[in-house]
Amino acid sequence: MSATSVETAAAGRTTTLRARLSNPWGRPRFLAVTTWLYILWSLVPVLLAIRFAFNSGRSRTSLQGWSLRWFYQDPTLSVFHDPTLQAALKHSLVLAAIVMVIATPLGTALALGMRRWSGPGAGVANIVLLLPLVTPELVFAVGMFLLFTTAFGFIGLGTTAQAIGQVTFTLSWVVLIVRGRLATIGRDVEEAAADLGAPPLHVVGRVLVPLLLPAMAASLLVSFALSIDDFVVSQYLASGADTTTVPMRIYSQARGGPTPALNALASIMLVVSLLALVLAYVIFRALTRGEERASPVQQLGMEMG
Amino acid sequence: MGSRWIWRALALPGLAWLAVFFIVAFYAIISVGLGNVTTLYQPVPHWNPLDWNVGYIWEALKSVVPGGGTWHTFLRTVIYVFVAVTLSLAIGYPVAWYAARHAGRWRGPILVLLVLPFWISYLMRMFAWTNLLADNGYATRALHTLSIDTLFQKVGLLDGTDWLGGQHIAVILALVYGYVPYLILPLFAALDRIDQRFIEAARDLGASPAGAFWRVVVPLSKTGTLAGIVLIALPMFGDYYTPDLISGSPKTAILGNAINGYVQGGPDKSLGAALTLLLSAFLLIFMLYYLRVIRADQRAAAGAG
Repeated sequence: MSATSVETAAAGRTTTLRARLSNPWGRPRFLAVTTWLYILWSLVPVLLAIRFAFNSGRSRTSLQGWSLRWFYQDPTLSVFHDPTLQAALKHSLVLAAIVMVIATPLGTALALGMRRWSGPGAGVANIVLLLPLVTPELVFAVGMFLLFTTAFGFIGLGTTAQAIGQVTFTLSWVVLIVRGRLATIGRDVEEAAADLGAPPLHVVGRVLVPLLLPAMAASLLVSFALSIDDFVVSQYLASGADTTTVPMRIYSQARGGPTPALNALASIMLVVSLLALVLAYVIFRALTRGEERASPVQQLGMEMG
Repeated sequence: MGSRWIWRALALPGLAWLAVFFIVAFYAIISVGLGNVTTLYQPVPHWNPLDWNVGYIWEALKSVVPGGGTWHTFLRTVIYVFVAVTLSLAIGYPVAWYAARHAGRWRGPILVLLVLPFWISYLMRMFAWTNLLADNGYATRALHTLSIDTLFQKVGLLDGTDWLGGQHIAVILALVYGYVPYLILPLFAALDRIDQRFIEAARDLGASPAGAFWRVVVPLSKTGTLAGIVLIALPMFGDYYTPDLISGSPKTAILGNAINGYVQGGPDKSLGAALTLLLSAFLLIFMLYYLRVIRADQRAAAGAG
């Protein structure tokens, strides 16, 4: 009796499941649950890590009330008072600032130049440009490290090497962002300017660059965020304590019994990098207001490559 | 057009940058891997191909075949990456499918939440798990309450009780956690592109839901899926920080740890360079495949725009 009822129940469930599956316009609840569970899994650990930064106790594994102790109240261990944490924070920000101001103009010029460049060299140049995106960061970092300790020994390891390394992989991203924008601008505007007698330099300076401003602003902030999040290249090209970045500090202290001050440091960087991206998005939207909106996928594609 | 020079001049600095710091850096790995060392084990690169010395490559090659010192590490790397990529697909495909086709008015917010981990420092996300998987961490306690730890111990997936003490399962799941966002985005783009009418047509012509999925959706998303797999497999092969943070034990060391140990730690930088070359050669086929996909995509976009 009970066996039959279980069977009927099971049969009932399969029919409803089948009915649901066979209806391509229905709402797939199983997929919705999977997706939301995944989103929770992907974000809750980070949210908890941020929450521990506000602990009033020393624990990074359980909640112990709220305080700003690990940000600035603790006189020796807080981010504000621990010189090693503060140095890492400062160095990360300085490095990111250097990287964004070099990578953006360099990448914008490159994207502009490559658009009009057809010929045998263009294909090779395009592949060289995409290579940094597919090379494992370790391979790239080992190469840079060996380069700066041998042939480019006059540069050596340190902030300069770190900035050069980060600009090199950020450059491809800038080119992709600017290229995406160039594709939406089309050639009509510059051709019109050229037809009206504008010399090439003016076409670039007075027509293209103003139109590219949104993409350049986005590039600045995206390269800033990429630099802040970078670990491998900064680690391989660092020369010592004063060139330690925040991710390097996390790497070296995570397993060595850190205090919630490390969580506080990581949280600060997270907020800075997300702010940069929100700002990038807001500026991009504000500067391109009134234009036809790209679909979210195109925008994603623009950000991802 | 007589103004070609201006486009070339714009492209030149960026291309020169990539040539000097990317191509030459890779050449530095070759020169050190095929070079020599001083009596103090400092690498002496041989920049001239005529002087190349295959000794270190040979040594590295001997170490990654059965019986060699790095064989087990190499094998472990391949297994970790294979399992992690499979699990990532199992998680990523349904999530991307839901976000692309069924999310409805939640599509925007879900997309933002799926992109978010992309912009949180990888090290921060791993660090978050070291908080949760510590002895009395929330994840450790939850897994204990649900008896998952004893279950895993019984089936041999967990050795002892310390999740952060050299567990294969912990490192593999950490790799999945770290890289699955990078898989979901290309999957989303691929699945979003599929015309709903194709699926409806397959259903109208009598295909079962599963049949329509396997014979329409899977083939149409094949390129995007493979590109996504390559996109996450490449950095996994160059990873060393995930095992370092989540385990720190030689039991879970992968190729990245071996290379990192040689290049950053010990005196055998030349052997490290040789191993990096072998890894690059091994990954070259994947990188070329990915480059082909991106270029085809770019051409399609250029054709459409």
